Amino acid sequence: MQNAPSLDMQAELYRKMQVVRLLEEAIGRLHKEGRTRGPIHRCDGQEAVGIGATAALEREDIVTSTHRGHAHYVGKGVDTGRLMAEIMGRATGTCRGRGGHMLVADREVGLLGGCGIVGGALPVAVGQALAFQVRRQPNVVLAFYGDGAAQIGACHEALNAAALWKLPLVFLCEHNLYGLTVHARAQSSVADLASRAVGYGIPGEIVDGNDVLAVHAATARAAQRARRGEGPTLIEAKTYRLLGFSTSDVGGYQPPEEVAAWRPRDPIPNMAAHLVAELGAERVAALDADAAAEVEHAVAFALESPLPGIGELDAGEYVKGAA
Amino acid sequence: MAELRYAEALHAALLGEMRRDPSVVVFGEDVGVYGGVFKVTRDMQAEFGPERVRDTPISEQVIAGMAVGASMMGLKPVAEIMYIDFLPLCLDQLLNQASVLPFVWGDQVTLPFVLRTQGGAGAGAGAQHSKSLEAMVAHIPGIKVVMPATPADAKGLLAAAIRDPNPVVFIEHKFLYNTRGPVPDGEHLVEIGKAAIARPGGDVTIVASSRMVLESLKAAEALATEGISAEVVDIRTLRPLDAATIVESVRRTHRCVVVNEGWRFGGYGAELAATIGEFAFGWLDAPVARLGALDMPVPYSQPLELATIPDAARIAAAARDAVRAGHG
Repeated sequence: MQNAPSLDMQAELYRKMQVVRLLEEAIGRLHKEGRTRGPIHRCDGQEAVGIGATAALEREDIVTSTHRGHAHYVGKGVDTGRLMAEIMGRATGTCRGRGGHMLVADREVGLLGGCGIVGGALPVAVGQALAFQVRRQPNVVLAFYGDGAAQIGACHEALNAAALWKLPLVFLCEHNLYGLTVHARAQSSVADLASRAVGYGIPGEIVDGNDVLAVHAATARAAQRARRGEGPTLIEAKTYRLLGFSTSDVGGYQPPEEVAAWRPRDPIPNMAAHLVAELGAERVAALDADAAAEVEHAVAFALESPLPGIGELDAGEYVKGAA
Repeated sequence: MAELRYAEALHAALLGEMRRDPSVVVFGEDVGVYGGVFKVTRDMQAEFGPERVRDTPISEQVIAGMAVGASMMGLKPVAEIMYIDFLPLCLDQLLNQASVLPFVWGDQVTLPFVLRTQGGAGAGAGAQHSKSLEAMVAHIPGIKVVMPATPADAKGLLAAAIRDPNPVVFIEHKFLYNTRGPVPDGEHLVEIGKAAIARPGGDVTIVASSRMVLESLKAAEALATEGISAEVVDIRTLRPLDAATIVESVRRTHRCVVVNEGWRFGGYGAELAATIGEFAFGWLDAPVARLGALDMPVPYSQPLELATIPDAARIAAAARDAVRAGHG
């Protein structure tokens, strides 16, 4: 494969996917124990998209995320302890507990950021990319969105503007077959959302969203193109949401045979098998243990962190001083 | 001090800020080659180039979203939404992004952008190009809302808005662009969040914004011939509101009329009346009179259109009633 990552980097991609999966499972347990608040959108089964795509970026590149962003956050390098603390509403969270799991941002690592409005971050991503272009910064914006967001008007406006001005922006459509509970065939006039790229005069590429190396390669190509000033690319990563829309989803709309058909395509065991062949079972077991320890530490850090004091609310509604 | 039209004063502020600060960029519909439908950005693309003065597609969500995204990455966008009637198309970006992100992201970003727009009835532009939606925007925390009534304030408030680290919605009025007035030369800044006494008086306070300030001044002129001394307060900034200046005036005059061009029900006048009720109730000799547009779409035909919005005669009548009630 062209530009294939080294085996060490592949091991790290695997480890990060495993961190995300274990984090999601921990959130599921905490939710059942009543220790999390509000609906939480887990990305079980989709880890390869977020981890593979963000690994193709530089630290100074920007990621805009979605309501289902845990793999994007971990991939871009957010500290898992501070991430978990944010999800638990703690003062030590990346946003001091003000955002919650849908609105995680971490400027230090280029995550700006999570967005709970479907498609709402796409116009923002256009502005971020515009700033890179106008300021002659050699950076790109990677905008994640889903097949649900692909049906919102803001998505069309953003794709057209970014293509028109050749902005350094990568549109990554994470096609998991469902917008909330409704199957994509009941939401979209086309099955392949990458085909819409033609209408904007930009490259569109379909990639196996459950293959972390394929996602990484496609994103690296798109980011290089964007850095060369040739404009945006639309990548459609075909994947599947193994669980419900959120922790409050009662299910009943994902046919069991559909879930069963996707289960063998789970990106994590498949990558594990590949790495066992390349690096041996012992190395993979060590990666698993490392991921488990990281998540255990993150959960413990969050649980022992303080809740914010209500003095947080006294700062007033405006930023003071000059812009 | 030059005599300038309101549109020229806005142009002067924008030109001054763009020359002063290379991070200021202008974008919106028709702002580039054409210079804006109200000519506020006239000749700017020729001076600063199409990258800094950019014509956009008719994509209001992207215009507002670009202001959010570009401002968090170091630019100071001055975006234009041609009519305030189009602002609802980008309301998600104001309500769910601009208002939200600086706070919920834990102070990691500031959004120093200005969103210029204009509203107001009376030009025969019909129901979708004549509204006054300032109350809708002034409802949103974290965003400042400015409405200059005079050319001098148009210049000073726009320059201040561009230098402000917060999102500012800057609402102009289509009937004010051709009004003239003295405007300070060179750098001129008017502090956001400060009302002005447009005309001092002692019998009744008329609190107004934008073009209604001009109508209120006409009303005050007419009232003076009847021996009624009306004070006109131009609030200039709707959010954050300078309640102190209004309350101080009402405590002196004991009567108050609030007037806005937007719909009366749930409108900005309700916020003013409530503020006066909270802080000047014991000083009032009459109920606060509240004037606003009729709660209906703006009709096209001229007599119908003019009948839906407050004017000098109606403001004077309300002030007269307040003064009489105060004597009763």
